[in-house]
Amino acid sequence: MEFKKKSKADAGIPTASMPDIIFMLLIFFMVSTVFKEFRGIPIRLPSATSIEKLPGKRNVAYIWADDRDRVSIDDKFVEIREISRMMYAKSVDEISPLRVVSMKIDERAKMGLITQIHEELREAGGAALQVNYSTKTASK
Amino acid sequence: MLVDKKKKKKSAEVPTSSLADMAFLLLIFFLVTTTIDVDKGIGLVLPQKGETIEIRSQNICNLLVNAEGKVMIDDQVVEPVMIKSIIQRKLLENDKLIVSVKTDAATKYRYYIQVLDQLKLAWGNKKTRISIAEPEK
Repeated sequence: MEFKKKSKADAGIPTASMPDIIFMLLIFFMVSTVFKEFRGIPIRLPSATSIEKLPGKRNVAYIWADDRDRVSIDDKFVEIREISRMMYAKSVDEISPLRVVSMKIDERAKMGLITQIHEELREAGGAALQVNYSTKTASK
Repeated sequence: MLVDKKKKKKSAEVPTSSLADMAFLLLIFFLVTTTIDVDKGIGLVLPQKGETIEIRSQNICNLLVNAEGKVMIDDQVVEPVMIKSIIQRKLLENDKLIVSVKTDAATKYRYYIQVLDQLKLAWGNKKTRISIAEPEK
């Protein structure tokens, strides 16, 4: 007697709805993702025309300063004399060494404070000497 | 007659063949229009600590900024927007020129950036030669 192989059981996973599932996942992550945004202290940046871009967001140290002589680094208020030590520690860090120091300073801040920060950065030396004064693009 | 009527029933499905195209169009639209906020600003390299270079006095151009934001170049009060053209004229005469920027301790940062911006424009693509002096106390 001859046995006919009747219907072979289909062992495959149905893939017809895979795109739907992927889209659902994509939309879920799009909606639920919050970018980590570093917020220092509320400041008003000055505007300038001859600006250059920072090489990236990595390996950049941010120094925030406002018109009330408050200085903030890494979400903490710091004393001015601590800046050199912190920047030196960042520039000798082996995993992600410092490349640029971005200065986010309020346009109403006094130059006395900025000079003090300059002196601290010169004390730290190395990559801390690469300064970028963060500005807005002037609308002209 | 009865058979004819049954045939007329239309399928109520939404056509899905172009869904992928639409999704791709949306994707490309967002890819193109999204701008990631980049940090930008005026770059400057500070000198090493204790580094002093002797500069011949004829190569120095003194630029003073007072607490009110008034700018003075070599004993002449000038408008901040004029700095670029004045420095460019001076650079034509002497390409070794170094501008020494001196501010008052109470000068607002905005005026300093304004001056720095003008000086950067004056040098254009060439390396800027600026010296930042200690502010007057």
